[in-house]
Amino acid sequence: MSHLLDRLNFLQSKELEQFSDGHGQVTRENRDWEDTYRNRWRHDKIVRSTHGVNCTGSCSWKIYVKSGIVTWETQQTDYPRTRPDLPNHEPRGCARGASYSWYLYSANRVKNPLIRGRLLKAWRKMRKTMTPIEAWTSLQQDPILRASYVEIRGKGGFVRASWDESTEIIAAANAYTAKTYGPDRVFGFSPIPAMSMVSYAAGSRYLSLLGGVCMSFYDWYCDLPPASPQTWGEQTDVPESADWYNAGFLLLWGSNVPQTRTPDAHFYTEARYRGAKSAVICPDYSEAAKFGDIWLAPKQGTDSALAMAMGHVILREFHLDRQAEYFEDYCRKYSDMPMLVRLDEKDGKLVPGRFLRADEFSDDLGESNNPDWKVTAINSNTGDIVAPNGSVGFRWGEGGGWNLEERAGDDATSLQMTLIDEADRDEVVAVDFPYFGGQATEHFVKCEHPDVLTKNVPVKTLQLPEGEVRVATVFDLFCANYGLDRGLGGDWVTSDYDEDIPYSPAWAEKITGVKRDAIITVAREFALNAEKTKGKSMVILGAGLNHWYHMDMNYRGIINMLVMCGCIGQSGGGWSHYVGQEKLRPQTGWQPLAFALDWSKPPRHMNATSAWYAHTDQWRYETLRADEILSPTAPEGDWDASMIDFNIRAERMGWLPSAPQLKTNPFEVAKAAKAAGQDIPAYVAGQLKSGDLEMSCEDPDAPENWPRNLFIWRSNLLGSSGKGHEYFLKHLLGTDHGVLGRDLGEEGGTMPKEAKWHKDAPRGKLDLLVTIDFRMSTTCVYSDIVLPTASWYEKNDLNTSDMHPFIHPLQAAVDPAYESKSDWEIFKSIAKKFQEVAPEILGKETDIVALPILHDTPAEIAQDQVRDWKKGECDLIPGKTAPNFIEVERDYTALYDRFVALGPLLEKAGNGGKGIAWDTKHEVQLLRELNGTWDEGAAEGCAKIDTDIDATEVILMLAPETNGEVAVKAWNALSEITGREHAHLALSKADEKIRFRDIAAQPRKIISSPTWSGIESEEVCYNAGYTNVHELIPWRTLTGRQQLYQDHLWMRAFGEGFCVYRPPVDLKTITRDVNTDARDGNPHLVLNFITPHQKWGIHSTYSDNLLMLTLNRGGPVVWLSEIDAAKAGIVDNDWVEAYNVNGALTARAVVSQRMKEGTIFMYHAQEKIVNTPGSEKTGLRGGIHNSVTRTTLKPTHMIGGYAQLSYGFNYYGTVGSNRDEFVIVRKMRKVDWLDQPADTQETAE
Amino acid sequence: MNNFLFGIYPYIAISVMIIGSIARYERDPFTWKSSSSQLLRRKQLILGSVLFHVGVLVIFFGHLIGLLTPISLFHFLGVSNEFKQTLAVIAGGIAGVMALTGGGILFHRRWTDPRIRKTSSFADIAILALLLAQLVLGVGTIFISVQHLDGGEMVKFMAWAQGILTFQSGAADQVAEVALIFKLHLVLGLTIFLVFPFTRLVHMLSVPLRYLTRPGYQVVRSRRQTALPKRGNTIAPATKKAVRTRPVKPTTKPAE
Repeated sequence: MSHLLDRLNFLQSKELEQFSDGHGQVTRENRDWEDTYRNRWRHDKIVRSTHGVNCTGSCSWKIYVKSGIVTWETQQTDYPRTRPDLPNHEPRGCARGASYSWYLYSANRVKNPLIRGRLLKAWRKMRKTMTPIEAWTSLQQDPILRASYVEIRGKGGFVRASWDESTEIIAAANAYTAKTYGPDRVFGFSPIPAMSMVSYAAGSRYLSLLGGVCMSFYDWYCDLPPASPQTWGEQTDVPESADWYNAGFLLLWGSNVPQTRTPDAHFYTEARYRGAKSAVICPDYSEAAKFGDIWLAPKQGTDSALAMAMGHVILREFHLDRQAEYFEDYCRKYSDMPMLVRLDEKDGKLVPGRFLRADEFSDDLGESNNPDWKVTAINSNTGDIVAPNGSVGFRWGEGGGWNLEERAGDDATSLQMTLIDEADRDEVVAVDFPYFGGQATEHFVKCEHPDVLTKNVPVKTLQLPEGEVRVATVFDLFCANYGLDRGLGGDWVTSDYDEDIPYSPAWAEKITGVKRDAIITVAREFALNAEKTKGKSMVILGAGLNHWYHMDMNYRGIINMLVMCGCIGQSGGGWSHYVGQEKLRPQTGWQPLAFALDWSKPPRHMNATSAWYAHTDQWRYETLRADEILSPTAPEGDWDASMIDFNIRAERMGWLPSAPQLKTNPFEVAKAAKAAGQDIPAYVAGQLKSGDLEMSCEDPDAPENWPRNLFIWRSNLLGSSGKGHEYFLKHLLGTDHGVLGRDLGEEGGTMPKEAKWHKDAPRGKLDLLVTIDFRMSTTCVYSDIVLPTASWYEKNDLNTSDMHPFIHPLQAAVDPAYESKSDWEIFKSIAKKFQEVAPEILGKETDIVALPILHDTPAEIAQDQVRDWKKGECDLIPGKTAPNFIEVERDYTALYDRFVALGPLLEKAGNGGKGIAWDTKHEVQLLRELNGTWDEGAAEGCAKIDTDIDATEVILMLAPETNGEVAVKAWNALSEITGREHAHLALSKADEKIRFRDIAAQPRKIISSPTWSGIESEEVCYNAGYTNVHELIPWRTLTGRQQLYQDHLWMRAFGEGFCVYRPPVDLKTITRDVNTDARDGNPHLVLNFITPHQKWGIHSTYSDNLLMLTLNRGGPVVWLSEIDAAKAGIVDNDWVEAYNVNGALTARAVVSQRMKEGTIFMYHAQEKIVNTPGSEKTGLRGGIHNSVTRTTLKPTHMIGGYAQLSYGFNYYGTVGSNRDEFVIVRKMRKVDWLDQPADTQETAE
Repeated sequence: MNNFLFGIYPYIAISVMIIGSIARYERDPFTWKSSSSQLLRRKQLILGSVLFHVGVLVIFFGHLIGLLTPISLFHFLGVSNEFKQTLAVIAGGIAGVMALTGGGILFHRRWTDPRIRKTSSFADIAILALLLAQLVLGVGTIFISVQHLDGGEMVKFMAWAQGILTFQSGAADQVAEVALIFKLHLVLGLTIFLVFPFTRLVHMLSVPLRYLTRPGYQVVRSRRQTALPKRGNTIAPATKKAVRTRPVKPTTKPAE
């Protein structure tokens, strides 16, 4: 009762007794003080949630609530157990996640809706007399008024507003934009749906009902490895981290597991204890390096040279000098190595051409269905050429032949890998291969050899209807490409590792700086382990390799090693690329919700990289020219074009999507088509051909083609992922910017041919930028409207990862703080307001959606030849030689009603994904019964999707991964195509339905589904490619196999038919004009600018978190090597500035022995709102890591309409690489914090 | 004024000290601590702290005994005023210089070490400054005292202090005529009483004296209020045997 009185007990002895001969004493003291410590760990409730948006971890966390306040979080430890002999998944979590609860009540929390003051003032004035639509219209039509708020973006001036007012402005802006320019001028950007599926779906569902554009993120982040779809027809399907434990040899290549995969790192440690060998390849001494038995530190950006040399060793020792039986068998069955490739003549010399197809034979090899898409090989049983099962031609239009059984039709086959035997070959011919290793910039080692290497290859000569054709197997060409001497004579091949022939270890030593002995050892041990364990050699890859312009080469070099050694699809082996994508396991259940496929199809998907490249006008500054990257062996063609030109061609031919799509409002086009009495595809085709209708991509700077409204949610586009940050500010936002260079017009550079050039580039394309966030991020600071959203502990949602097979909930531990709402509720309220406001100008409208040729649809076998209709090379056939133009009915008077209801289209059209489809009426009916139905209105009789939990139930019910009944249906649907029985993989789970409350109780393992290529079972860990190898389901590529040869015309033209080493490109961002330090003779450095993942942010929390800032240096930092720092007189903790033509940034220097000379690290996404001084170069505050970068597109990523090289959202497309960038670094002379009082005029506003 | 400062102010100061201390102990038990900064920096601490604490303790008990023991008791014990005064000047002088040196080191450390400075509250610095000032004044009185080695002045303070504690109305008059420096010393002393509960000085009240006499290394804080009954004979011999076979104290240091 009273602490003091309790202590006033002097008369009573405290000692009760003694023990241990008086060494111990039992006392009777007051123990009430202990309650304080006990209460510290007593809570009103403990709720399971996790961290949304940007972390792969997907860790289950306990969120502690006391008196209605979230106090802290700790890791959950109740994952379902693994099987014997496999470590459990726990502990999962890291310091970043543990610091998240700081945000909930931090000063950085967005507490109310905020609107730019000038905008709100004008709006309120207009609204006194006008309707919302009229008010927005007059605001936009007054250039001075518009400029008044556009030009001050990022300079403060927010005022508090109500939800009603904010949603009204947004709804009016969206309706006006749809009516005036078309709904595809409303953009939305949100990344990584897997981490909070409902939050993502909320915005994308609204946009899809509106007809707006959902932008991809994976390609834009440059985490999308194009090599994955190229090789496997699948994007980033990878082993779970538990499978590391099963590996015998772990090769960590550029991945910093302990730092960036912290929750999973224990499996790496445990694998080491188990006895796995590990090599770590990383230019800097990273935290992972200490795990390795050997650490290789190649020059950054030269990984493909290293991989090629390792491949050289593996081929030599395991395929040529000795044929490892397992490898040979695996490659024959599961790779394209036995396939026949035509050798085309160019200028009297032979170069590898297309795969030889069945239709090139007079009898089509007996194939009537798609013979032009069936590749061929030699059946060694008979010596005949056959079209073996499994190529893409079997997938579409016929059932049952699309499998990897060793058959061709009815004949059993054993495909022949090589024609090396004199009995098999007709002759040995010289074939040209391109070589790029001699072209590097001054910063990289050149290894000079001719740019065309002619090597001898054994071939067969065939008499085909077109005449005599020479063919070789992929394997024989592959070996020649690797520079392996097979006794055929000729140059540029070797059997001596010490000879400097491209791709020999000695050659790679020159380029990479890694000793040849180390290369040979690692390659040999990697392969030897794979041979002994049947494929249990694994490569864990980091994003670092994928952020180079020629990332495909880095990746394909490594993939080649894995395929040569039979590691893909084997437990404990394979390709582990854990970057950014965070597998959305219940994808097929989520898609109908996210893209409103229950109401209309198709949604408008856009590859963000091409969109930002065009709309932020980065293309106007493009200095990389096609001839710099073109292969000397390129076939004839119009290759002399700029990157934007290639992109326009790709959009025109239906390869890549467009946003906006048509220069004319699609509503108007639809009306005109109706008036002309034509059906829409035919009308649009006619108009495009005549030139009366233009595609938007051809003139990105025309005001009709600007993105007018942009929603950003769950994202920090302007503080993190926005490559070419300063171009965003200059052109898209129209505010102060730090661009230091000049565009091609001002520089007198080579102009694009197809993109229309406006002399003056537009500034401020966006009418309205809306950001939805819980914290005042850099992006929020630049927005017009900021809406406060629920944090990760304040909403209900779903979360999955590629790192483990569990599905997690996010749950509301407390109600959203202040005035915030969950993303689901926010978009609901915007939809509701839209439904009120829009009918003034919009009713039921006919929209036209331009749909590119999509992967995993029958259309993907559209273009076996590249033909541009605009050049008259073919006719414009929508969906075949151009995008399809699809009529979509939209009801803007019922947008909200549709938003909150599961529409009728699912029952009509069924559900599916990745090329398979199933009926889903039963699930829709169950949802009606579970969620209830709407009794009236536009969605009468439809299941409700009112709350975020309703939305989660939709996903869980529809997805095969979380509903066993659907899984069985899905496997059966696949069986129809493959002709094989697969349902056994899910039959044991047929009765299982995972619901939201189930995962709230405990994380649940998902059910095996044909959406993915791994399985969930008690025998093996999830591992990609598993069902391809063990169920004989083909890879979804042209050849149906792991495709190591890319035969598309553009691939061959840019020299990437086979994997080659390509040095980093020259972006020319350090010009004589910009480098004033060189001019003035000041100490400075020119360094390669690298932006890896940091330890103090991003994965699960952001870098403005005070706890994390306290653990590091409290603001932006860059890392330099000691040697470089000394050269420029920089000491640790100095403020430095880094700049080039793209802009400038400021940061403190961390001078470290860990760094490799010649590079500078800036861990990405360090907010410029925290402790960032002004730049001396730009006079503006700091800059972010992307202030010195600019996106550059690569034409090979634009390829479409060609089996696995067809577009898919977040699957294939251009990627925003940024590692080839160089910056000038110098010590700052004066650190200016730009802190001065506002002048009177500013104060008045 | 004299009556207020030496007749009323003492009661205010002592009341605040007692009530304030009780209130703090009841309301904010977790603030009841010495707030040691040893974890932040050991430098200067050991020398400064030991000098300071030893000096201050000698002075504290010297004052306590010297002022509050009835004069008659001293006389009964044959301690003359002169001897007592001389003893006070010598012992107090040495202790005062020790405390002043130690306090000076501590103050320098607290003021100049950036980590300590940043983590110091106003009260932490102020109380140290007050104590230093009081020590300077106290040592300063020696120069007056050596002029009156007869102890007459000292007797006045004893009468005053005992008068205050026994609630005699005219106590303040006892010190009306003493030198200014003594008055300052008294007022500042009372002020330290006044601020006592608001500072880290409260740790004085919680000196863990029990540690000096506690027998065991291991303390089991039981919820029982009575000792367990002695164990039955079946177990006891075994226990005793076990104890007997093990040496109570290792004769040699265990190997490390």
